[in-house]
Amino acid sequence: MVFRSKELMIAAIVLGIVAIAFLTSCKGKTIDPFPASGGVSGWEKTGDTRTYEAKNLYQYIDGDAEQYISAGVITTSTADYKYQGTLEAVVDVHTMSAPGGAGKIFDTSRASDAKVVPLGDAGIAFAQSVIFRKGPYLVRIVAYESTPATPQALLLLAHGVEAKL
Amino acid sequence: MKDRRDFLKTALTGAVLLGTQSKLGLADVPTKSANTGHQDQYTHRLEPGKSRVVIARDPALHGANGQLDEKHVLDLLDRAIASYTGRDKPTDAWKHILPQGGPDKIIGLKTNGLGGKGISSHAMLAFAIAERLQWAGIKPGNIIIWDRFARDLEACGFTIKTDPSRVRCFGSDVSGYEEDGVAFGSAVNVKLSKILTRQCDMVIGLPILKDHSGAGVTFAMKNMYGVVQRPNELHGGGCNPFVADLNCIPAIREKVRFTIGDAMTSVYDGGPGFHPERLWQPNALIIGEDRVALDTTAWQLLERKRAEAGLPTLEAAGRPPRYIATAADADHKLGFNKPEHINLVEI
Repeated sequence: MVFRSKELMIAAIVLGIVAIAFLTSCKGKTIDPFPASGGVSGWEKTGDTRTYEAKNLYQYIDGDAEQYISAGVITTSTADYKYQGTLEAVVDVHTMSAPGGAGKIFDTSRASDAKVVPLGDAGIAFAQSVIFRKGPYLVRIVAYESTPATPQALLLLAHGVEAKL
Repeated sequence: MKDRRDFLKTALTGAVLLGTQSKLGLADVPTKSANTGHQDQYTHRLEPGKSRVVIARDPALHGANGQLDEKHVLDLLDRAIASYTGRDKPTDAWKHILPQGGPDKIIGLKTNGLGGKGISSHAMLAFAIAERLQWAGIKPGNIIIWDRFARDLEACGFTIKTDPSRVRCFGSDVSGYEEDGVAFGSAVNVKLSKILTRQCDMVIGLPILKDHSGAGVTFAMKNMYGVVQRPNELHGGGCNPFVADLNCIPAIREKVRFTIGDAMTSVYDGGPGFHPERLWQPNALIIGEDRVALDTTAWQLLERKRAEAGLPTLEAAGRPPRYIATAADADHKLGFNKPEHINLVEI
């Protein structure tokens, strides 16, 4: 390619770098959405993050995998947490190919007894679980026990995850 | 197939070994290939042409803290088995359903731990069964609690153990799968767990009752998805006819001879995963030999709960468990799905 001036050449190079950076951020962005122990007050991450690609998702959720695959899941990552040493919970982060996929799964979770919560693009909470979507991500946090502290503790953790997406 | 003389000889030998005078014991079930008739497969019938299913309940199964009460679980198990076999003493009742060969036989307890800690077959139930099996003479090391992955078992509260002098607990990820696939109908190139094919003489299914986003209901027959290497290949079309076909594969049909269904906790919508907002405590065990009759009964229970909760029927929700009728049809003959053929005993 022949440039008429040095300035134009520099501009082209800068544009190229910006374009590559943009594409990289869109396609290959590596996100760790799981807060480390202590990253969210009272919450401890108790195990390693496990990640499943769509083709292996059945190993984690078997029969449920079909609906996620049809909604365009790329990967599902999961990690266990504990709140104040007692309340156990699991965080699942589903990365979809597009926000519409996250919306599709999110909509199936809606229920009349769900409480709308300000999380991501849309969020709902039950006594022992919180579900929200943000862009192509669908996040589900479930506690294994219902205590008076559970709803607030889950919301805290959900905000911690949201901040990392 | 054994001739009548061999059959009687084997059955009598089994009776002596087990110290029982059972004339209805499962030891009498002849080994047959798939697609045999109903009449030969199930033996605990009160009357010909019917399958017995027992639902045993205990409203106090969960204590004040919401946790299962160990003593109540054991008592419930004893009541259920006693009702099913017609024998009050647990030892006699268990001997009645075990295969011939006594303590040397290896009994597998196939749990379902896929739902994780929140909605999986309860370890407390498996331990109670393992205890009663030992009462009936089975050596501890001849009892294997198993599922697909060690991770699934650990999530249910089990500890992985392979010491042959104790009750063992491990996944098919330890034993591996058969390299050669088997088939029946739509279930092709199915690679079975070696725990099923090479280790267990008899398997007792310990499914947990759940709503299922694809199949409608998951219980006795669907639990067999956990004995194959790639169950994801059997999920199309609401799992129909895959569930029925899979259960017709001889190793499954012949070895999975009894089911102690865990309906102590269940999820009535949003399953098969753990959805605490749709959790329900039927506080029941559903037991029997005929997995079709068991699934029919479980389906009805689930529908009643869904109606109570104001939810549509599974048919209206677009996921009726059609595989149950398929399993009962003339091509499969796995059991009965019509109420007139199910002797339902509720205690």
